[in-house]
Amino acid sequence: MMRLPKFEYRAARSVAEALDWMGEFSGAVDKDPSARAMLMAGGTDVLPNMKQRIFTPQVIVGLRAIPELRGMVYDPAQGLRIGAGVPLNELATAPLVREHYPALAIAAEAISTPQLREMGTIGGNLCLDTRCNYYNQSEFWRKAREYCLKKGSEICRVAPNGTGCYAVSSCDTAPVLIAFGATVRIASREGDRIAPVRDLYHDDGIHPVRLHAGEVLTDIYLPALADGWRSTYEKYRVRGSFDFPIAGVAAAARFDDAICTEARLVLQAVTTHPLPLPEAEALLIGQRWTPELIEAAAGIAYKSAHPMDNTSGTIALRRRIVKAYTRRALEKLVA
Amino acid sequence: MTAISKQLMTFRVNGETRQVAASPTHTLLEVLREELDLTGTKHGCELGHCGACTVLLDGKPVLSCLALAIEAQDREITTVEGLARDDNTLHPLQQAFAERGAAQCGYCTPGFLVSGVALLAQNTNPTRDEIKAALAGNLCRCTGYTKIIEAVELAATRLRKEHEMTAST
Repeated sequence: MMRLPKFEYRAARSVAEALDWMGEFSGAVDKDPSARAMLMAGGTDVLPNMKQRIFTPQVIVGLRAIPELRGMVYDPAQGLRIGAGVPLNELATAPLVREHYPALAIAAEAISTPQLREMGTIGGNLCLDTRCNYYNQSEFWRKAREYCLKKGSEICRVAPNGTGCYAVSSCDTAPVLIAFGATVRIASREGDRIAPVRDLYHDDGIHPVRLHAGEVLTDIYLPALADGWRSTYEKYRVRGSFDFPIAGVAAAARFDDAICTEARLVLQAVTTHPLPLPEAEALLIGQRWTPELIEAAAGIAYKSAHPMDNTSGTIALRRRIVKAYTRRALEKLVA
Repeated sequence: MTAISKQLMTFRVNGETRQVAASPTHTLLEVLREELDLTGTKHGCELGHCGACTVLLDGKPVLSCLALAIEAQDREITTVEGLARDDNTLHPLQQAFAERGAAQCGYCTPGFLVSGVALLAQNTNPTRDEIKAALAGNLCRCTGYTKIIEAVELAATRLRKEHEMTAST
């Protein structure tokens, strides 16, 4: 039996209680591998990483029992509020999500397996740790090869001459939420702040999620969308289940009489963070989408994606998939 | 940090209330197998990659290897041992697995049964695609998927007949 390392478990009954407990541990940052205290919602990322001794927190603050983190409320004028603790399966099957934000339902349904979608939450998915072939391994494996940069070594095993960690952002909901212009509410003992989902991520594979010490992500807000928006998410993985994305493409666009008035295109799993493609978006806006225009946008996606050799699939395959899946996503929006 | 030791936990498992002393750092899988002697639930990869440890929590299939036992205390747990009916007959899906030869080595079978029962509780007329989607979190290393899917279809047919008979009486 694969045992968890020893830790103290505390079940928070409110966000305030979770904040108080996280505040007890100075320097505690959620998802920081060296954190002394970590937040846990569904546990589907935290617990496997703990079993592999990637995370070794002294304290786990459980968020499962907090009622404030549950529920979805839709208002045609305001948009959709999703509690960070809403399970992914609830999101994937909710009629109002499927109707108003179809790409989000598609992305949630494409995550892992039915069991893990029952357990995993959207807040947990947004805070998913980045992944790498040299990081997501057993303690024995990592020690035998010597640790990587993300786990405290001086050297990245993927790019020994590089300066940073290139572990891959693998959460399927983040690119979709960025495409919809979603924001998140982040609670702390100093007060709440609202941040665009896009600003949650940056080019740092070691600390991919920009949450400060002791902060808790509590709500996700999707803006109300005017008529004419269409959206989709295309995910490539080796198996139709279980796997993290080898490449993901979120596409959302608004059309007025077949002319595109707004466009958002975001790649996933090609670098340390979801990768918006403003150049491709600019190309698509104001145009009637012809096969040639879609091909040109897919070409920009291909040129923009520079994956490293750190997940399943070769670099060349992943770039070709990015191009093909961008084309496929855009074609679906005008089908 | 306080010292870690065993603590009393109370579970609702297969319709019974069970109290055991268990470590708060143990998963539901560890407690089911090692404290409650419910060894029907199997440990496979223990990292969420196989589905062998699937149990129902409040009727929904979850992985017991990635659930903390301490968090499952307030919920209704159903393991493969709890699928048989009150009259000591097998669940129609268990019967169908036996008749169709849907178990080869048998190690994945409890997980498949639990996932399959969760589907049939919601839908007694699933399409083949719906069956595949519901079982997409369970791996069979013997690759005996066809007979597993056929067994779910057979059980669904029998459950529909049962429902019709119940409705007509």
